[in-house]
Amino acid sequence: MSNVREIVGRRIAKYFNDGDVVNLGIGMPTGVGNYLPEDKNIILQSENGFTGLGASPAEGCEDKDVTNAGGQLVTILPGGACFDSAASFGIIRGGHLAATVLGALEVDEKGNLANWMVPGKIVPGMGGAMDLVTGARKVIIAMEHATKKGAPKILKECTLPLTAVGKVSIIVTEMGFMEVTKEGIVLKEIAPGVTVEEIQSKTEAKLIISPDLKPMY
Amino acid sequence: MQKVITREKALEVFKDNQVFMIGGFLNVGTPESLVDGLIEKGIKDITFIANDTAFPEIGVGKLVVNRQVKKTIVSHIGTNPETGKQMNAGELDCELVPQGTLAERIRCGGAGLGGVLTPTGVGTVVEEGKQKIVLNGQEYLLEEALKADIALIKAAKADTFGNLVYRRSARNFNPLMATAAELVIVEAEEIVEVGELDPDEVMTPGIFVNFIIKG
Repeated sequence: MSNVREIVGRRIAKYFNDGDVVNLGIGMPTGVGNYLPEDKNIILQSENGFTGLGASPAEGCEDKDVTNAGGQLVTILPGGACFDSAASFGIIRGGHLAATVLGALEVDEKGNLANWMVPGKIVPGMGGAMDLVTGARKVIIAMEHATKKGAPKILKECTLPLTAVGKVSIIVTEMGFMEVTKEGIVLKEIAPGVTVEEIQSKTEAKLIISPDLKPMY
Repeated sequence: MQKVITREKALEVFKDNQVFMIGGFLNVGTPESLVDGLIEKGIKDITFIANDTAFPEIGVGKLVVNRQVKKTIVSHIGTNPETGKQMNAGELDCELVPQGTLAERIRCGGAGLGGVLTPTGVGTVVEEGKQKIVLNGQEYLLEEALKADIALIKAAKADTFGNLVYRRSARNFNPLMATAAELVIVEAEEIVEVGELDPDEVMTPGIFVNFIIKG
């Protein structure tokens, strides 16, 4: 599914409001930046120390001191500001981000997230993920609905070590747009060509189907 | 007091078994020439505190690959497979710390604070062995201050007194680390005379800095 990134990215980009300060994680979440609406001013924060994260630089305009948190060369837009790591995580932890978008290995119906290690296999470290999930006002998960082998990633209960407890608000996959509520995960929008039965069959948690279920674009 | 010294002279302070703080985020803002000095001198049993372990061929990652490191306190090791390999083999003690917690622990070390209360890590493996404190109904972890013997700092500009200016995302952990070590060595891309930096543009006051080399 080569267009998963585009489907997920386009939907999440529509979620933001004018003036929102947003942090996009590495991988699929970074791609959300490609679809931000031009009629709204969405300010991207980069946890390595600035606001006003812009696109990749044009050839010849690269600046070795301007990278995103993945180490890729980027630009700082007019109106951007630079700061140290304590200030950067003050922004993150202090509730000054409207939202963070992150990937997930597992997410569950209680809003728990696991995305930083697989014991005995990969231990990349949490980087800024635990602070982002703890501090952002909305935590949005951008991911493929199931693993490459087809196993569900949206579970009744996470099995991997957690990144944070009960913080996930929204899950967007190529199959649908879901909201985590006290009652469970509510399917609010479904991707064109996908049936409720299909999405439920790839989801371990029991989905609550919104009475107002809409198509996802 | 002559703070601007030769690289050779600066490297003389390195000894085995010291605790270093090393600025940088995936090598952006890392004092590469000072890190190379640790390799040239063959310094052993290093403990380093940094954001990450960079890449096998670049920055502090080279110290890990060279097996000069006893312990690391970092937030991320995913870009340097060698760190994970040595950690899993029990050859390297690697303490993984959430990035914001790491920044605050270093800030505390330099600011005379014993530690900080953070909600980050509550309910995860990060809380293991730590004191949990409930304030106004919210759970926090008590995270202790970090200090080092030597901080290796990268600045864009230094004056000869050690007042520092950083550039863009190369600032990251550098100004925090410059406050939290017994000895602070700066690698500056440009060194200017005292008086050339406007006091308002100084990001790290020169009182924190012991030595400066030209990077």
